[in-house]
Amino acid sequence: MLVPISYYLVLSAILFSIGVAAFLIKRNIITIFMSIELMLNAVNLSFVAFAHHWHQVSGQIFVFFVMVVAAAEAAVGLAIIIAIFRTRNTLDVDKIDLMKL
Amino acid sequence: MHLVLFFIFGGLCVAGALNLLLQRHPINSALSLIVVMSSLAVLYLLLGAEFLAAAQVIVYSGAIMVLFTFVIMLLNAGREDRTHGSKAAYALGFPGAAILVSLLAYIFLSNSRELGSAELGAYIVSTGDLSNVLFRDLLLPFEVTSVLILVAILGAVALARKEEN
Repeated sequence: MLVPISYYLVLSAILFSIGVAAFLIKRNIITIFMSIELMLNAVNLSFVAFAHHWHQVSGQIFVFFVMVVAAAEAAVGLAIIIAIFRTRNTLDVDKIDLMKL
Repeated sequence: MHLVLFFIFGGLCVAGALNLLLQRHPINSALSLIVVMSSLAVLYLLLGAEFLAAAQVIVYSGAIMVLFTFVIMLLNAGREDRTHGSKAAYALGFPGAAILVSLLAYIFLSNSRELGSAELGAYIVSTGDLSNVLFRDLLLPFEVTSVLILVAILGAVALARKEEN
């Protein structure tokens, strides 16, 4: 049984849009960070779908590099979140609106 | 078989993502994100990306999400409050996301014939194929990412360290 590639791309679009909506709506800085990861995953799915369509390995290589960069980004981002929480005692982005303390 | 598996795990992905959006407690959002990432690994397997499916489980739903849950528990993050700023976000966020998904779905579905279809097992990338490209043609970018990881480790330690004064 065949599955059209466009189904995978539509699924990827749905996940990306949910990530965008969560990024805009969520107020907790950790959840906002998680929705960025969701968007990265959605794009990875479309990369893999196109790699399958064109029979190219390079699409999967891209996903590999996105994973590496996402891991590095998660480590640094969560360290920044810990530093923010230490200085302000809150995770609500509405209360973190000034660069200066 | 392929279609059934696609709909089961695609539905699980969308349900997990919606649960991430609707839950107000960060730990519930983190757990639903693990569901999304694990079902994406199955979808990668259906598309013939064996190595990426394993890496997705190990790196994403393993390492990264452990980091997230660790930070949520460390900071003792509770339920998020509704604030004034979120009203504008509600007014903008849901319609914007709906427009985005309908536009992208229209484009993909109208080009469905040109994009063709995926057959189970028609194109399987083995780890050997992947490593041939990664360690020969793209050796320099691979080494650069290792430097990036090193810098990220140093940055994370420097940022999260308690300042002593």
